[in-house]
Amino acid sequence: MATMLEISDLVVDIRSGRSTVRAVDGISLTLDPGRTLGLVGESGCGKSTTGLAVLGLLPAGGKVTRGSIRIDGHEIVGLREAEARAIRGRTVGVVFQDPMTALNPTQRIGAQVAEPLLIHGMANRSAAMKQAVDLLGEVGLSRPAAQAERFPHELSGGMRQRVMIALALICGPKLLVADEPTTALDVTTQDQILQLFDSLQQSRDMSILLITHDMGVVAGHTDEVAVMYAGRLAELATTHRLFGGYRHRYTEALLESIPTLDTPRGQRLATIAGLPPNLGGQLAPCRFAPRCAHAEQVCFDVEPQWSEQGEHGYACHLPRRTDADLMTESAGAPS
Amino acid sequence: MSIDLPDVADTTGQAAAEDRQAAVEPKQPSMVLRRFLENKLAILGLLLFLAMAVFCFLGPLVYHTDQIHTRLSEQTLPPGPGHPLGTDQVGYDELGRLMVGGQTSIEIALGAALVAVVLGVVWGTVAGYFGGVIDSFMMRIVDSVMSIPALFLLMFLATMFRPSVLMLILVLGLLAWLAPARLVRGETLSLRSREYVQAVRVMGGRAPRIIFRHLVPNVLGTIVVNATFQVADAILAIAAISFLGLGIPPPAANWGGMLSDGLNYTYSGFWWLIYPSGIAIIITVLSFNLIGDGLRDAVGLRAHRRL
Repeated sequence: MATMLEISDLVVDIRSGRSTVRAVDGISLTLDPGRTLGLVGESGCGKSTTGLAVLGLLPAGGKVTRGSIRIDGHEIVGLREAEARAIRGRTVGVVFQDPMTALNPTQRIGAQVAEPLLIHGMANRSAAMKQAVDLLGEVGLSRPAAQAERFPHELSGGMRQRVMIALALICGPKLLVADEPTTALDVTTQDQILQLFDSLQQSRDMSILLITHDMGVVAGHTDEVAVMYAGRLAELATTHRLFGGYRHRYTEALLESIPTLDTPRGQRLATIAGLPPNLGGQLAPCRFAPRCAHAEQVCFDVEPQWSEQGEHGYACHLPRRTDADLMTESAGAPS
Repeated sequence: MSIDLPDVADTTGQAAAEDRQAAVEPKQPSMVLRRFLENKLAILGLLLFLAMAVFCFLGPLVYHTDQIHTRLSEQTLPPGPGHPLGTDQVGYDELGRLMVGGQTSIEIALGAALVAVVLGVVWGTVAGYFGGVIDSFMMRIVDSVMSIPALFLLMFLATMFRPSVLMLILVLGLLAWLAPARLVRGETLSLRSREYVQAVRVMGGRAPRIIFRHLVPNVLGTIVVNATFQVADAILAIAAISFLGLGIPPPAANWGGMLSDGLNYTYSGFWWLIYPSGIAIIITVLSFNLIGDGLRDAVGLRAHRRL
């Protein structure tokens, strides 16, 4: 099966002033048609930068230094902006975090949703408007024809995010990049939007790159998960495998810091000590080592290699042992 | 307008409440208009300007005077029957001249402000959107033109070209576009990183579309305010160059020219040659400043409430 998005050995440098920061350092991912890949990590781990590189929206000073990004089989690294835009244009849609700033406040939403069709000459004005209204209905706005005449500030946050989704989908993209699409929304709206993603994905057979820091979102709405830390890939697995038997100590720390209702009263919430490293400074060979509760000398001396078993890969010297490991060990151990 | 029911798509109380509020609120431009109309000083400014415009443009239809032929026999008559505001040093009726001169001043001022704003908006959005070398180059041009004293440039241009209404519009406009260009460029720098601009880029929108459909409409609020101040500045600038004797030559008239002619007679006690044009200038400039202030508050408040 052809892959929808293939990132291999991607390196993104961001230059600001004299210093250069390697925001993404050699990550490789693939996303098949109709699947959802969750890209998770703390702030500043490079997950958004990866998304922006795919979209061709790296900030000023940002540059793909190495590696390749293939969208639907087309290499886009090294292309001139106009050529890359021709490939992306109708193939890729984008949903941003903040629906307040993601819509033009001076345009009626119908006109905004219809605009991509006009950009690509896919419909004339009235046909584009009709399609826009239909799609606004499909993403769950009631009375879409009336809503299309409104301005963004007249809608609630959840409705704006639905409009943003309609805008992203109007050209029928095969790949949707959603950068923290639910972070700015309240919890109930969040859930509705994620369910909308799921149903749209099924009806349109579209791939979704879901960038988020929310492990709960990842668990319920992705097929595969990539955990990033300090510009590198820490762990990559199918969602099922990951939650069943995560190996990397960073993934472990992330999951353990989610509070549960069972946590006894008065007990401190689990956190990951310290802050993500400054990517412009000196980094330990295992970048998580300075914050890792299980780190040993080897983590500060040798860079961990990527090891892969089936659909599960990770880079950790001292991976967490899963229940399966414990069982084989006890079976193999002479008693 | 009918009051829409809360949308069922959003079931959260907050969202529904927001939606209801949104539904009863009128659309954006009228919100600005309403806040503008709530501002008494702004209304005063608007009325003052309308009064001046009616006086200058409709007045001559009612009050007929000869503003072409000089009548040396009727020089510097004090206000009295037949000449409510007296006559000037060559026998023109002062009241009639005030109307004709006002037409020129207002036409030039509005024209110059329009030229300045259009040029400034295009220059500023293009520089701000492209950024980098293009931005630096375009803004250094603005800096260098700005570093030349405006009055010096005005005098230079006024001596090179024969002053006419059109010429003055262009000259004043070409001097005044710098401030709006800077203003708009700054605004564009923040707008271009907005996600809706980024989204259009991902979907293949090209620079002209982004600039004219997404950036320009969003800087209009800022620029409308600036435009009203431009009008006020232009009226003063016309007065300044006329005062220096570089304005439009007679028999055409403008307030600045009338004022500077009248000042020659300060010591003769011909007050009617000084006060009317001076007061007309002050009222018009004041009216535009009041309108500008009102617009700024109306537009600014909108931004405030939205955030």
